[in-house]
Amino acid sequence: MTLRRRVWLQGLRYRGGLPMVVWLLHRITGLGILLFVGMHVIAAFFLQQFGNDVAIAITSLYESWPFQIVVYFCVLYHALNGLRVTILDIWPQLLEYQREAIWIQLAIFIPIYGLTIFIMIQNGLIGG
Amino acid sequence: MRSRNVPQLGWTLEYIMWVFTRLSGLAMLLLAAFGMTAAFIMGARTQMDLPTLMRWTFFPNPNHVINSDIPDVTAGWANAFWQIMQMLLIFFGVTHGFNGLRVVIEDYVDHSFLRPMLRGLIFLLWLFSIIVAIYVILAS
Repeated sequence: MTLRRRVWLQGLRYRGGLPMVVWLLHRITGLGILLFVGMHVIAAFFLQQFGNDVAIAITSLYESWPFQIVVYFCVLYHALNGLRVTILDIWPQLLEYQREAIWIQLAIFIPIYGLTIFIMIQNGLIGG
Repeated sequence: MRSRNVPQLGWTLEYIMWVFTRLSGLAMLLLAAFGMTAAFIMGARTQMDLPTLMRWTFFPNPNHVINSDIPDVTAGWANAFWQIMQMLLIFFGVTHGFNGLRVVIEDYVDHSFLRPMLRGLIFLLWLFSIIVAIYVILAS
């Protein structure tokens, strides 16, 4: 089976609601982590072995607090959403309550993420 | 109208990787929880700021805690035990990640000659990342 429709245009019109949004975010954050970790591994190698200038620039970008807020969003969201998907896969009876599961996931995600970035923004603005 | 192609049942690559994705995800959560707990036992509460603790939690490498208030990183933080933890995290993480990239790509690429080519490219990138990462772990 091959998708020969214009997937992107139809995807914008498709109203999947909250489950579609969390699925889409799971993909985007997953690809983001892959890009981040892949570049970080290669930059670490060139920094460690040759003290390369580009590697130093990439590493200092990764150490800046605004970038860490984005990376932390990707990792925490992907971890919690993946945990929800795994739990629903292990106990498929719970799929009846998948919307409630998403709300529980967000109720866990928002306080943990919010508290962490509050501390990080505070420290970042003070310069700590 | 013709019948739908039903995927083969049993231990196919898709099934193995589906199981692996779940198991490696759980394993990475446990490794992160373990790394963070160990960091607090080794004195992170008074010696680390939040970004340093996060870097160590994601990947327990001594380079991730080198700018903190820890007096001697070689004591406790840099040894063979943590190197094994890093290698486990790298294996689970890189394999999980590149398999995810394969799944996303194969959602949009049909069964042409491109699919095996992209699979080969992803396999080479996976191998390259693992080798480079293990080199960095052993050299740091």
